[in-house]
Amino acid sequence: MIALLLRDLRLAVRAGGGFGLGLAFFLIVIILVPFGVGPQVDLLTRIAPGILWIASLLAALLSLDRIFALDFEDGSLGLLATSPLPLEGAALMKALAHWITTGLPLTIVAPALGFLLSLAPEAYSYLLLSLLLGTPALSMIGTFGAALTVGLRRGGLLLSLLVLPLYVPTLIFGAEAVRRGADGLDATGALILLGTITAGCFALLPFATAATLRMNLR
Amino acid sequence: MSFWEYANPKKFMGWTAPVLPYVFGAAALCLTVGLIWGFFFTPDDFRQGSTVKIIYLHVPAATMATGTWFMMLAASLIWVVRRHHVSALAARAAAPIGLTMTLIGLLTGAIWGQPMWGTYWAWDPRLTSFLILFLFYLGYIAMWEAIEDPDTAADLTSVLCMVGSVFAILSRYAVNFWNQGLHQGASLSLDAEEHVSDVFWQPLVICIVGFVLLFVGLVLMRTRTEIRARRIRALEARARRA
Repeated sequence: MIALLLRDLRLAVRAGGGFGLGLAFFLIVIILVPFGVGPQVDLLTRIAPGILWIASLLAALLSLDRIFALDFEDGSLGLLATSPLPLEGAALMKALAHWITTGLPLTIVAPALGFLLSLAPEAYSYLLLSLLLGTPALSMIGTFGAALTVGLRRGGLLLSLLVLPLYVPTLIFGAEAVRRGADGLDATGALILLGTITAGCFALLPFATAATLRMNLR
Repeated sequence: MSFWEYANPKKFMGWTAPVLPYVFGAAALCLTVGLIWGFFFTPDDFRQGSTVKIIYLHVPAATMATGTWFMMLAASLIWVVRRHHVSALAARAAAPIGLTMTLIGLLTGAIWGQPMWGTYWAWDPRLTSFLILFLFYLGYIAMWEAIEDPDTAADLTSVLCMVGSVFAILSRYAVNFWNQGLHQGASLSLDAEEHVSDVFWQPLVICIVGFVLLFVGLVLMRTRTEIRARRIRALEARARRA
């Protein structure tokens, strides 16, 4: 399992593309928002939590179809399925690799981009914490979506249609936690619920992902 | 004789053909009686005026929109556990009906909302979760359309339906957390204190029965079409091989 994780990480870093691209996309979306809504600081402060969360969600979405597609094309996914490692474990590691290459960098960069949107100073710790808790769920749900569409030639668009509605609860709790933090309210409830979603996704979705992979490989 | 024998496509075609006219007849009867009673023989509400009467379309459509998803979930489970092809096809046949019901619910709600709430749309938990349900239906239908192999499509969509159900329910409660509601509470409930007044309730129940019958009839009809389409594909494949 660790070997698989390291292999995926190495592939992501050395093959280029996905790794930096997600971050660049995140940066560009954040930069485009003030052009769209105007440069008033108070308005930006108010919408910053939601924009930061939506941008990181879209950035995570961008690299989802790469999770299984390459392995499916060159047949290594079939080898993974026949290897002694349970496919559930492989699915879990794939999601983890996706999180380390997109979710984690996004979380680290997000506070810096918060400055661009003049996020309220109290909200930075909540932004960091909520992204840290929430982005793993985004990766896991996305891995499930990628497994659903792996056999399709043009699965990218369908993937976003399938995955985005599944992101709704994570987005609600994540953005709500930051907003409450920014308003100086108690955000513990939202953070706990966000953590619950992440824990639930990691407990159950590997099984669904492995089941769909088996269906696609049959 | 077991219940599962009806899942045989041949048997299914056999028994649905004579049953269908009765189902549609009963649906037409219930809808005619319920809607005419509701529209012309119930009093106007003292605050809402005659706009209250949209309830006879709105509530049944909304009930069926969620009910259809549960039917699809049950059909998906039957497909995954027992692999009855008719079950998978019924789930596929039901999805566009559910989509339409969701749309009817949203549109009638918007038409009612404009004079009553002063807005066509509010980000109210119920409204929002219906919009999310709409997206789930879209994704489910798109998934069916995208996959060529029918068995793989049935497998994948049933997994999507099951996972989607969990997330749909999760979203339903998450939006409660996110915004306070404008929408009224349950229109129908066994608790007489809570639901609408009896004058409106009786025709409403008839309308809901009519919508359920209409749904059953449409699903049976669409499933028959799916079975026929499947047969044509099989015949074409055989002709190509010969």
